[in-house]
Amino acid sequence: MADEMKMRATMQGDVTDVKVLMTHIMETGLRKDPKTEKFIPAHFVNHFVATLNGKTVVDAQWGIAVAKNPFINFRIKGAKPGDKVAISAVDNLGTQYTGETTVAAK
Amino acid sequence: MNELRRAFLKNAGAAGALLAAAGAGLLKSGEVFAAAWNKLAFSSNNVTDAMKNANYGGAIESKDIMLKVPDIAENGALVPVEATSNIPGTTSIAFFVDKNQYPLVADFDLASGTEPYISTRIKMSQTSLVRVAVRAGGKTYMQSKEVKVTIGGCGN
Repeated sequence: MADEMKMRATMQGDVTDVKVLMTHIMETGLRKDPKTEKFIPAHFVNHFVATLNGKTVVDAQWGIAVAKNPFINFRIKGAKPGDKVAISAVDNLGTQYTGETTVAAK
Repeated sequence: MNELRRAFLKNAGAAGALLAAAGAGLLKSGEVFAAAWNKLAFSSNNVTDAMKNANYGGAIESKDIMLKVPDIAENGALVPVEATSNIPGTTSIAFFVDKNQYPLVADFDLASGTEPYISTRIKMSQTSLVRVAVRAGGKTYMQSKEVKVTIGGCGN
């Protein structure tokens, strides 16, 4: 699962548009297994950090209500084609997820 | 399905315990990130407390925040939300769903080179106001819109 992150960073004028799609179950901990009647344990990404050439541009904390397979779109200024955008995320069970892409000219 | 949901609402305490366990798990691996996960805000179960605990208390309504949400969401498990702040010096954007069991959805801190814009997808348990709160120059602002949910996305 750890490498299942799709990313795209594209120049749009002088702004870089970054789209990230992660694969994660984002289990809330509020759902019951219909067979066992027990709560399905929470399992969700709770930290999400994006960097441009190693410098943090977005530092986010998430709760259980970010939708399954999280999709995030943000925009950064001052990046140019070839720059590196990286994502580092971790879930409540401590699993790390990383992704990296290069800024593409439009 | 609705019966299950009622059962879980009765057992909200158990869910809280799970969330506490979730917070404990984080401590092991949180060093990479600037701040520890704001468990207090994420486990607040009304929107006023959630906003206060996430440091957006007393946010004033502002027309300079654009919140784009659907009027009707057929599937509460996947509701697209998009926020743009035209307030100069915006440093963070957070999303809240009033009627979710835990209203705080996500809190995005933005560096100075990041546009005050976030688009993502959230879960909603039922028809509710969706709020976006913004911090700019030490002050907090908000904007909200109602989204009608036909099938809930949390806990059912």
